[in-house]
Amino acid sequence: MSAGAAISGASAYSAGPVETTTLPSRGRVGILVLILTESVFFSIFVAAYVFYIGKNLSGPLPKDVLAPPIVNTICLLSSSITIVLAMRALQAGSIRAFGIWWLATLALGIEFMIGTAMEWRRLIYIDHLTIRTNLFGTTYYTLVGLHALHVTIGLILILLVMIFTMMGYMNRRHAERTDVLSWYWHFVDAVWVVVFITVYVVGR
Amino acid sequence: MAGSIEHRIALSAESDHASLPILGRAHEWVVTVDHKRLGLMYIGGGLVFFLIAGLQAATMRLQLAIPNAGIIAPQVFNRLLTVHGTAMVFLVGMPILTGFLNYLVPLMIGARDLAFPRLNAFGFWLWLFGSLLLYFSYIGGDGLYGAGSAPDVGWFAYAPLTERAFSRGNSTDYWILSILLTSVGSTATAINLLTSIFCMRCEGMTLRKMPVLVWLAAVVSFLMCVVLPPLSAAQAMLLLDRFLGAHFFDTQAGGSAILWQHFFWIFGHPEVYVLVLPAFAFANEIIPVFSRKVIFGYSVMVAASCALAFISLGVWAHHMFSVGMAPAGNAFFAASTMLVSIPTGIKIFNWIGTMWGGKIRFRIPMMFSVGFLAQFLIAGLTGIMLAVAPFDWQLTDTYFVVAHFHYVLIGAIVFMIFAAIYYWFPKATGKMLGERLGKWHFWLFLIGFHMTFDTLHFAGLRGMPRRIYTYQPGRGLDTINLIASIGVIFQAAGILMFLINVIRSLRSGKPAGDDPWDAWTLEWSTSSPPPEYNFAELPVVRSRRPLWDLKHPEDPDWKYE
Repeated sequence: MSAGAAISGASAYSAGPVETTTLPSRGRVGILVLILTESVFFSIFVAAYVFYIGKNLSGPLPKDVLAPPIVNTICLLSSSITIVLAMRALQAGSIRAFGIWWLATLALGIEFMIGTAMEWRRLIYIDHLTIRTNLFGTTYYTLVGLHALHVTIGLILILLVMIFTMMGYMNRRHAERTDVLSWYWHFVDAVWVVVFITVYVVGR
Repeated sequence: MAGSIEHRIALSAESDHASLPILGRAHEWVVTVDHKRLGLMYIGGGLVFFLIAGLQAATMRLQLAIPNAGIIAPQVFNRLLTVHGTAMVFLVGMPILTGFLNYLVPLMIGARDLAFPRLNAFGFWLWLFGSLLLYFSYIGGDGLYGAGSAPDVGWFAYAPLTERAFSRGNSTDYWILSILLTSVGSTATAINLLTSIFCMRCEGMTLRKMPVLVWLAAVVSFLMCVVLPPLSAAQAMLLLDRFLGAHFFDTQAGGSAILWQHFFWIFGHPEVYVLVLPAFAFANEIIPVFSRKVIFGYSVMVAASCALAFISLGVWAHHMFSVGMAPAGNAFFAASTMLVSIPTGIKIFNWIGTMWGGKIRFRIPMMFSVGFLAQFLIAGLTGIMLAVAPFDWQLTDTYFVVAHFHYVLIGAIVFMIFAAIYYWFPKATGKMLGERLGKWHFWLFLIGFHMTFDTLHFAGLRGMPRRIYTYQPGRGLDTINLIASIGVIFQAAGILMFLINVIRSLRSGKPAGDDPWDAWTLEWSTSSPPPEYNFAELPVVRSRRPLWDLKHPEDPDWKYE
């Protein structure tokens, strides 16, 4: 049997009405489902953090050593704005403007990672807080570290796109894939809001 | 687009499988991204682990056949029950069921493959090597300490037993890594399935025209996406505890053992629905075809499945009645658990409604489906009993619970897996499975199942605890355990009939043709086995039963839907 030919639109019985729907793009649905999965993954670490607030048997405690990283937060959240501007430029076909905003996003993301690294350095060498010190150390490094891992993955992908742009491979046809990446970046930023509130507001 | 498809057709005609040397054929399977081959590899791999984990169960039943048997040592017994439980969930149930969904969903939605074929291959290989890690622990698990080989912490591995101080050696690490890898692989598959269902449907197939199996595949994929991450997160925490000295479940540093139980059962209970919903999905396709009737209550069936997935997310602590939660917690989880019976009841009535007044054909898939219906009902009834917190306090950690969940896992899920194998084997191989051997398989397995697991309910009611490697004579448990162990022989004989049947059919089975069951969904419109590209021309559908429309142009379904 010629595979599937009988059921195709060309066959004799094609009398009935065909309901047509436009299907969403694979990339967008895929990233949304991935974001759903990742959100649940993060929420378990947030739950562990909240569960162990105030249950430390020894110091250092959050109120002694944590200071809200305001500059860092402003940088990461503004990178969501720059990536939107980059995407608008790309959709308008202006590769140059796209490159500038994309570079700004990359720079802001790197600044965030440098800030986190400096905070960790201070906590480890001056306050002597490591993952094995107490429950605060355990939950703090895993939650903030998990977020930093996601930022790092995002930065590697953003850097790849940056390299493609500088080599002149970027054009409007790649707008959808790049947009999917930007959704991931927005997700990483949104997670930071939750992490910030959990660690630096509620947990202190 | 058309050019590339003709190109692929030409390519696949060139690579004539029979003419390739065996190494070339193996290479084709290793590098494949075809959803059908990956699906078959999932099912095949799962069946191999089913035999191994089944033999482990048989060994335990051998030890328990008589009191003070002394055939295996207590440590060996603990390893057997841990690996048996873990393997049956992660190495057998999930891969076989997702393997079927992998194989069927693109065919049923009239697509040429899943949305992300390479992600699919990635998920499969991650699963396979993760699975091998669990059994590799028998060889490499003792590490440098000379302590223990395979994991012996039970399938739900309660903390702090799993911490470094109490689980020395590397066996628990293998357990963690195996589960972590297989569940990441399953999450990838779930993302893929969900995306495919939303983005790859053929022309005319609106959401309300999808086969019920595809709807349930979507619900299961969603459920996997939200319940596997808690498990992965808990495993990651345990790994950090064991390797970096974190204190998540370290009770001596203020960590909580109860937190592990919460995280585990937030995954663990919905996991039952991850396993049973595909079984429901098979029943939704098989029962109508063998009753020669449209499924009764399509929309209600779909709604009940969604409700089931939703409710299942809020019942996990009924596994924890005995840890001493507040009365309000017990009451909430008892009530939410009882809610489960509403959508499941709807489903059972709808299946009966489908069979009611139908022209029922008792072929092998239908026989397994009817067995499933009856056994799943009983499993549900004991489930309602266990949902009552005081009843659970009495019977938790006894063989009553073991019998209850084996009624779900074997009586419902394994029965529907066999039904699905008999139903779709002709599509995947082009050969029919033998009817006579199939009947032997069904009856032997049915008798063995009831001998083993009906009796174990009574062992539990008489107070026989789970996870013990032996028991004293003269406590009213001797006969019960002997009957249960003899039942295993019948089950094993049934499985043997099945294996002989598969091997014989592959060698000299009756040719199946494209549509041996006179069915109605799209997978039966293409050849058996389907070509690599599934459909030469993408189908266009007008109703839920496109092949009915094709076979009965005078009375098509789209006039009534």
